[in-house]
Amino acid sequence: MAEIDESQTQREAIEVDRSKGDFKYEENYAFDAGVGLSPSVVDYISKVKGEEPWILEFRQKALKTFESLPMPTHWATTDLENIHFDKIRYYLSKGQKPVRTWEEVPDDVKATFERLGIPESERKFLAGVEAQFDSEAVYSRMKEELEKQGVLFCGPTDGLRDHPEIFRRWFGKVIPVGDNKFAALNSAVFSGGSFIYIPKGVKVAQPLQAYFRINAENFGQFERTLIIADEGAEVTYMEGCTAPKFETATLHSAVVELVALKGAKIQYITVQNWSANVFNLVTKRGVAEEGAEVRWIDCNIGSRLTMKYPGVVLRGKGARGEVLSIALANDGQHQDTGAKMIHAADDTTSNIIAKSISVGTGRSTYRGLVHIPKTLKNCRNNTECDALLINEHSRTDTYPAISVRGQKNSVQHEASVSKVSAEQIFYMMQRGLSEGEAMSLAVNGFVNDLVKEFPMEYSVELKRLIELQMEGSVG
Amino acid sequence: MSDSFVIKNLNASIGDREILKDFSLTIPKGEVHAIMGPNGTGKSTLAKVLAGHPDYAVQSGEALLDGQELLGLEPDVIARAGLFLAFQYPSEIPGVTIANFIRAAIVARQAKGAPFDAKAYYAELYAKMDALKMDRTFTARFVNEGFSGGEKKRCEILQLMMLKPKYAVLDETDSGLDIDALRIVSEGVNRMRGPETGFLVITHYQRLLEYIVPDRVHIMWDGRIVHSGGKELALELEAKGYDWVKTELASA
Repeated sequence: MAEIDESQTQREAIEVDRSKGDFKYEENYAFDAGVGLSPSVVDYISKVKGEEPWILEFRQKALKTFESLPMPTHWATTDLENIHFDKIRYYLSKGQKPVRTWEEVPDDVKATFERLGIPESERKFLAGVEAQFDSEAVYSRMKEELEKQGVLFCGPTDGLRDHPEIFRRWFGKVIPVGDNKFAALNSAVFSGGSFIYIPKGVKVAQPLQAYFRINAENFGQFERTLIIADEGAEVTYMEGCTAPKFETATLHSAVVELVALKGAKIQYITVQNWSANVFNLVTKRGVAEEGAEVRWIDCNIGSRLTMKYPGVVLRGKGARGEVLSIALANDGQHQDTGAKMIHAADDTTSNIIAKSISVGTGRSTYRGLVHIPKTLKNCRNNTECDALLINEHSRTDTYPAISVRGQKNSVQHEASVSKVSAEQIFYMMQRGLSEGEAMSLAVNGFVNDLVKEFPMEYSVELKRLIELQMEGSVG
Repeated sequence: MSDSFVIKNLNASIGDREILKDFSLTIPKGEVHAIMGPNGTGKSTLAKVLAGHPDYAVQSGEALLDGQELLGLEPDVIARAGLFLAFQYPSEIPGVTIANFIRAAIVARQAKGAPFDAKAYYAELYAKMDALKMDRTFTARFVNEGFSGGEKKRCEILQLMMLKPKYAVLDETDSGLDIDALRIVSEGVNRMRGPETGFLVITHYQRLLEYIVPDRVHIMWDGRIVHSGGKELALELEAKGYDWVKTELASA
């Protein structure tokens, strides 16, 4: 509409300056599991967290699984071989219990948030924020209304200790330990993340958010998230990250499990801006029961290599699954992303819209999996993947795997590759835009219809991130 | 001359093809000059060279905009210096709305970090769209995407009116326009006429010049201007045809 004026939101967004992620604080780690991975490191992590024996057992079993699984280099990039598991720190903690009020948050942590530019108003209004500072949640608070509604919002340690009747049932069930090598790794050494339960019929009005960042060199971050929306419940979860720049590679390997019970809706939003040395290998999957909806909105910017294919298992009749994804691969980066839709009940629908941008020597890969068995009927999938190439050396690949059988099922697949043309850039520059501004405008235009699906503050932030990425891409 | 756009002995080529050959022209600020000529004489090349298009190589010459040399500058620097080119074939920019595009162009002219008055911007945008008889829903459409020929040209003139350049080059703005659109577009240009702006109107036909009445008319042939005159020259050319140029003027 003509009336939409983005100036207000843009001005507000300027206060959230993501470039401020580029700094580092001295750390005094009270707990440090040392370098490398072994059963004793896993013991140590579990002990520090005061976990029950079954969790330790789960971790140790996962470690064995991790060690037994090969690197998936038969289909994925051989760059994975450059991860040196024996040089990574698997656990760091300030030795603190998560705190509930802002006053109790240590000053240096507050200073970090200050530098990240998280606005004062937002800090006070953080409805159930789980801000992960390194591997331990240092700030965990829920607004009163959420508590009254019976919403649980905590870290995995607390969740499994205080509410096993809720979380244990689904923990490691949507994504089993052996799902892939990195899910197994996460299962062995997970630390931090969010465990959320929304009771029946509760519709959480504000998005729940998590801020976190990596800030210790050689430190892998293995957060674990489990969100359960009980029957008819609705929740939006937003995940955003900035990571400071380091000289050596950093591994980030998260596992996110979503469970939408009958008629529930979960929307999970990620805007990631990893520094260019991070291996970001994440497993995300949701289960949608009857009439439920799981929606992934996923933006991958930065990192050395991202491998991430959010999926939805459509387990109940009439369930809906959606993945909207944007990936931007800059010089030397590889975004290997996509989506999985597993139809397992009648009348289920899924939608995948994936847009990728390759800049300079950047490479983007789309991998899609859509599965509709012949026993089902009235299932529908729509897949669109669009790639935009910025320079001569950019690269994009698409690997859609669609297996659809049965009579009354339908799929639709569209793919396109386009290029920002020299004429377009000249046209925009003739209006006074610099080459970088012209590029970022073209890129923002390319992702525009997807960005509209985002909550306002995230869409503005994403535009700014794209601008920052495009600034250095010309010349 | 600090109050005119002076093009002197401009030689430019694309690949190994020479197109502009010692082209010279002076447009005093506040005047409207028209360039007419048959296809292939270098009219559009002139527009693109002046705007700094990277495909063209300039061998020699000057293009002084109020005394500032434009040749060799980047296209965006030329634009911000005050030269606007209304394209014959404007590019589509998918996903970018007209409102945001013009806004970005205005912001690019402001000092870094200067506040943008969105309210005033929309008020001005709507007023100018009204003048061009453009529906307001147009602001939310993507730049030139799916536009008819007339809509594209109107969009170019809207940008011209919003960006208020010192000099504007209109490259075959009449092509693809029906008579109503031609009238509306011309009215837009005429509104901008005044002591602050100079115009170079490139056209193949005399028709446009009935609506945008030029101060001077130049006839271009083989990369240079071969004849100049007042507005009546356009009519003479229309009557005698381009053969007249070929046989009499070009050989002169």
